Amino acid sequence: MQYLLPVIMGVLFGFISRLTLLRTDFRQYPTYPQGRIIHLSFGFIAAFIGAVAIPAVLESDWTAVTFLGLAATQFRDVRKMERETLEKIDEDELVKRGTPFIEGMAQAFESRNYLVMFTGLVTSLFSVYSIWLGIVSGIVMLFIVRKNMASNVLLTIAQISEGKIHFDGPTLYVDTIVIKNVGLEESRKVIMEKAVGVIVTPNNENSIVTLSHLGQRQAILHQVATVLGAYLDSGEPAFVPLAKRDLEDGRIALFIMPREKDFEQIQTVIEHVPILDNAVRMPRKADKGK
Amino acid sequence: MSAQHAMIVAIVTTKRELLQGGGAPVFIVDDHKELQQTALTLEKIMDAATHEVNASTLILVAH
Repeated sequence: MQYLLPVIMGVLFGFISRLTLLRTDFRQYPTYPQGRIIHLSFGFIAAFIGAVAIPAVLESDWTAVTFLGLAATQFRDVRKMERETLEKIDEDELVKRGTPFIEGMAQAFESRNYLVMFTGLVTSLFSVYSIWLGIVSGIVMLFIVRKNMASNVLLTIAQISEGKIHFDGPTLYVDTIVIKNVGLEESRKVIMEKAVGVIVTPNNENSIVTLSHLGQRQAILHQVATVLGAYLDSGEPAFVPLAKRDLEDGRIALFIMPREKDFEQIQTVIEHVPILDNAVRMPRKADKGK
Repeated sequence: MSAQHAMIVAIVTTKRELLQGGGAPVFIVDDHKELQQTALTLEKIMDAATHEVNASTLILVAH
């Protein structure tokens, strides 16, 4: 009975941390309410597992401890579950998320369960000594968890500016970067009317490589289409948004056809696109013998 | 964005004399207006993208 309160504290703070980590925003993912229920239940189990770990050790109940390790491996399935769902959904998306984006999201779901487990563990550990210490450590853990949640956004690695959409014969350009060849005069007219060109200029060598990643570019296009809509339907390949790269300096030209043709909004949306962990490279940190 | 395999599904041209046979159906039309019109109709039917090779020839490509 002496460990009941520490365990309750651990579960409570673990569950609160899962709640703060689970945000259903404009992307509507996890879907409300079914997806939320799944993840809150997982979060509760994770918090519980974390919270009982310390009392089990203190009681020298080694069987219980090994079972905890076994339970932890089950959370790997969370990633698999999320990946499969997202990949299935992505097939019917007009502007796809892209596999690297999905992989990043799935990883985030898994890692958050471990964070919850860790919160439960730390809180119950301190609660064993003093309830007040437990509360303080729980609150500190909530801040750590929150800090971990915020991912970097495009604003930190690149400048976003407007690019001029124009045609040279059938060839579509955004500023000086070739996008594609458009054969139909009617499509060209619609593009001139509705399309917006964006130039993403990377800040340094590292960001050039990050932006060159196809998954990162697809993530940008998906985000713009989700927030600002897309002038697009299936079977209209002429209007599919594209991102092309200037081979000389690594700038990315985006060709998009949003429903809202207001560049300020587009700029804000693109600036807040998350940088995919999988796209980040640090060539500047590598030893190149210089 | 995996590797793209593009395939020419149809060719629309005003220059009959350039024809040398080949793997895609060819639509021969009389003038520029008809060229654009035929390509537009085909694009809607095939859900393909129209590209301009030169002023007299358009190709429809399935991406």
